[in-house]
Amino acid sequence: MKTEQSPLQKPVRVINIGLERFAEDLRSADIPVIQMDWRPPAGGDPRLIALLDRLAEEA
Amino acid sequence: MACSTHILKSSYYDSVVLMRVASQLKKQDEVAEVAMFMGTEGNHALLAQVGLTTEKSREAGPQDLIIIVIADSDECAGRTTQEAIRMLSERAPGQNAELDYRPRMLDTALKFLPDASLAALSIPGEFAVREATACLDKGLNVFLFSDNVGIEAEITLKNKAREKNLLCMGPDCGTAYINGVGLGFANVIKSGRIGCIAASGTGLQAVVCELERLREGVSHAIGVGGRDLSREVNGTMTRYALELLEQDPVTEVIVLLSKPPHADVVAALESICSAMSTPVVTCFQGARLPGSTFVQAATLDEAAAMAACLANGSDYQPRSFADPNRVFDLLERMGDTAAGKRVVGLFTGGTLAKEAQLLLVKELGSVATSLDEEIAHIVVDLGDDQYTIGRPHPMIAPETRTEKLVELAQNGNLASCGVVLVDLVLGNGSHLDPAAELIESIDTLRTKHGLYPEIIAVIVGTEMDPQDTEGQIIALERAGITVFRSNSEAARYVAMLVAPACRTHYMKERA
Repeated sequence: MKTEQSPLQKPVRVINIGLERFAEDLRSADIPVIQMDWRPPAGGDPRLIALLDRLAEEA
Repeated sequence: MACSTHILKSSYYDSVVLMRVASQLKKQDEVAEVAMFMGTEGNHALLAQVGLTTEKSREAGPQDLIIIVIADSDECAGRTTQEAIRMLSERAPGQNAELDYRPRMLDTALKFLPDASLAALSIPGEFAVREATACLDKGLNVFLFSDNVGIEAEITLKNKAREKNLLCMGPDCGTAYINGVGLGFANVIKSGRIGCIAASGTGLQAVVCELERLREGVSHAIGVGGRDLSREVNGTMTRYALELLEQDPVTEVIVLLSKPPHADVVAALESICSAMSTPVVTCFQGARLPGSTFVQAATLDEAAAMAACLANGSDYQPRSFADPNRVFDLLERMGDTAAGKRVVGLFTGGTLAKEAQLLLVKELGSVATSLDEEIAHIVVDLGDDQYTIGRPHPMIAPETRTEKLVELAQNGNLASCGVVLVDLVLGNGSHLDPAAELIESIDTLRTKHGLYPEIIAVIVGTEMDPQDTEGQIIALERAGITVFRSNSEAARYVAMLVAPACRTHYMKERA
């Protein structure tokens, strides 16, 4: 493993998916962060999600 | 009783937010129950299980929010429902305008933050694997706070991460620090030369706080999730984390925290660690391994102290208490008032509960770990799944503990209790004033139930945490609560209160 590949060497910049409080804590520590507006895919319907995933794989 | 059901169409809210609002509204005397759930299949089953399903609630789909209120009157139920809607619509105070743009798609988020290094996921477990997979595919390290992720999915995610030289911290990872940046429930600490690998969030918090008190800092703390050292997961992330910290130029000592690992995993870890130049201090709760590959600590604070000694080249001196004179004075003042009585431990941190239970078992014999067991002493992790179904985690909402304490008092289960042992875990993500909530619950015990058990609290926090740790301690002590900064010290002190025979053993260090 090369040292430059270490995940510990990169500056921390975060995409936050879920609890906004975690993004706020990072922001207040001056860490670049993007809060996603995450919602359950396909209205949360497991059958539709599986279908979407299959379509994506085929594509 | 009046019951009101309200459906907010196409309104997705995170379950933690919903449970916090519900929990606050339930504090009103005239409100018996507030249930707020998204209308997913799982939540419909949960509502049915607790007998709260209504004709109207069945109409809600996965994107709709169900608000059910049971109160003394229709007027109160309606008012509480409106208050819930108002609270949900309020933006959190201090929310930064820069956070206002919220992409829905990962690709869009990456256009706004093209050099993103990590994705932090705290969404329901049933959807988390799909999103975590997408993040790894985009080359992002993953901090997976979500629980309820199957072990097969965990193995797949971690193998994928490993193939790509990425971290998959979790599932069920509460805390991590990368390059000094805290993720999840993280205490505010200084950077330093101790690297950590942790299968336990609150265990890691206890260690980093102790390191901070010993004037040491953390280089990185890699969370791996509670199952990483199981036979199935085979320590995939722990092994990778050891490699990374061994190569890290800043890390001088490594602390590894976990439940006892599977024997096959131990062999693999020993093989890796014996070839490393960085010393590894382990704390495998309740297990001491043969051999000398690891420097083995029995408790979390001992792991921190051993690591600090290795870093600064000093000898480690085992001790039961940092300030034995203070403990001696406390015992003198207490006398034998709690001797022979029950211990009731109500913890928000699972690893802290386990550590206290292991220490108390040594002195008291049996100690139950569930409120359902009929053993005199109990030490319970209120963050365990059995107590958090449809409830917020008590580190976020300590009122959960208040309710449990009051329930125990009402059922007569605190009548022979001499000591109540609790933890307050501070830091980012946690409740902002857990001391106030605890003091209120103790007041209720005293004034409404005439119960005066000795209250012992352990505070896990640093002076830089947002809760004002010193202020929390002062408030607790003013309310007659004895405060310790170390979990093991609190447990030993409790043992000495109810079993005075062990005082000689623990107090022999007093000069």
